[in-house]
Amino acid sequence: MSFRAPSILPGFGITLGFSTFFLSAIVLIPLAALIAKTGTMGWGDFVSTIFDARAIASYRLTFGASLLAATLNGVFGFIIAWTLVRYEFPGRKIIDALIDMPFALPTAVSGIALTAVFAHNGWFGQYLAPFGIKVAYTWIGIVVALTLIGLPFVVRSVQPALQEVQRDLEDAAETLGAGRFYIFRRIIFPTVMPALLTGFTMAFARAIGEYGSVIFIAGNLPMKTEITPLLIVIKLEQFDYAGAAALGFMMLVISFIMLLSINLLQAWGRRRHVAAGR
Amino acid sequence: MASGPTKEMLAELASRPGRDTIVSTFIKAVFIGLSLLFLAALLFAPLVTVFVTALEKGYEMYFESFRDSDTIAAIRLTLITAAIVVPVNTVFGIAAAWAIGKFEFRGKSMLITLIDLPIAVSPVISGLIYVLLFGAQGWFGIWLQEHDISIIYALPGIVLATMFVTFPYVARELIPLMQQLGNDEEEAAITMGAGGLMTFFHVTLPKIRWGLVYGVILCNARAMGEFGAVSVVSGHIRGMTTTMPLHVEILYNEYNFVGAFAVASLLTLLAVVTLIVKTLVEWRTGYTRTK
Repeated sequence: MSFRAPSILPGFGITLGFSTFFLSAIVLIPLAALIAKTGTMGWGDFVSTIFDARAIASYRLTFGASLLAATLNGVFGFIIAWTLVRYEFPGRKIIDALIDMPFALPTAVSGIALTAVFAHNGWFGQYLAPFGIKVAYTWIGIVVALTLIGLPFVVRSVQPALQEVQRDLEDAAETLGAGRFYIFRRIIFPTVMPALLTGFTMAFARAIGEYGSVIFIAGNLPMKTEITPLLIVIKLEQFDYAGAAALGFMMLVISFIMLLSINLLQAWGRRRHVAAGR
Repeated sequence: MASGPTKEMLAELASRPGRDTIVSTFIKAVFIGLSLLFLAALLFAPLVTVFVTALEKGYEMYFESFRDSDTIAAIRLTLITAAIVVPVNTVFGIAAAWAIGKFEFRGKSMLITLIDLPIAVSPVISGLIYVLLFGAQGWFGIWLQEHDISIIYALPGIVLATMFVTFPYVARELIPLMQQLGNDEEEAAITMGAGGLMTFFHVTLPKIRWGLVYGVILCNARAMGEFGAVSVVSGHIRGMTTTMPLHVEILYNEYNFVGAFAVASLLTLLAVVTLIVKTLVEWRTGYTRTK
């Protein structure tokens, strides 16, 4: 194949040219500046920046909280998607529409609102406090914020997959004497799994980079409740551009890996889809 | 939005023989209960809190918040930023969707991945990259200072960071839509002698307009609500370089909760309107978004 397949439609050159130019100017060149800035650091400086104790504590928190949040999203996102696809109940359509709320709501708003609800005198915080459970200003609060942010990804990924499940297969299995759990395990779950994993990875990727909603509820104590994006901001405020760039570079590499995993998972899902003869 | 069970599906379910209905009903109740409980705790309660706290000291105090000159300046800066960012990203989105949706060429999937990149990147990094380019110690910092141009801690930086973050939204809505709709009608129009622009405005645009509307609205919501990226490049100069989300942070940190949640309530309403438009668009077109 030559560079492009022939077509009688006009405007290929100008639209592709403009898109790639704009993409380069706004996204690619600035990202290259980050990599270049990291490159100006000596190897020793780079290593000592990214393996600094405070940085490592922030990775542990960011990854741990994101993983926990994405897992919660996997479980509850699946339950919510199942409820929305398979059951009819009053308010279903409104709830379906509201699932995208965390996506449309500015992160600063979800941050202050969650903090208000989970603070020791908040609506939920006051009932948790007597049990010694502190949510706001602890790592639990970070998980709560990240769970809210990641929710739409799993639900929106699993919903269409659940609709694809072949009901006649379920019926056939049932006539052949399969139990409810067996049908779920052997028919429903395998169909939905690629979508569930994609949603999980998207929620995880989003959680790792999240900043706005977390900083309000986190308390932001160094070594304890300080996420990596915040550490980058702190380094920038101290005019440590190279240090900020090194941590930013690390996060960028992780984002690339995440993006690649999501693409591979989606391709896998499509292949299974085709293999199933649909 | 995915559509729920159809009437036929429900009727069929109800008529199925051999279902132990007590267990089914129990599982259904547990699933609906868990879903509602989870959403109530994580989503509904915080949303209600925004308005309850904003109105805590009465309507007068609520509206008084919007008379503060710094708040007005923040609202204005947010509107200006969105007014620049949204049209530019819309033009980009349409151009990218035309090139990707209508033609087959090498490196197409690579291009799609690169367009999606800003969504995978942390908002803090979206701001950081512009500081590294245009900040005082950045690549162009000295040159900019000599020519007395300020980008970081000023409007251009805020616009650039916002543009980066909201870059993919219009394109992401339009690319799958254009691919799905195919080229037949456009090819017919061109064959009959219509020009490229005429074909776009009279053939393509009417087909994609609802997807375009949602893409633009979503891009706008993200542009007005962006916090992390803007926070890094803004410098937080009160009344000068604070957008609405940043102003929420300033008021909140000053324990001015009514003020903070009043501004937050405007942003929440913006999100609600965005979701309403999305629902209307889906209801109107009946197409399920392919993500």
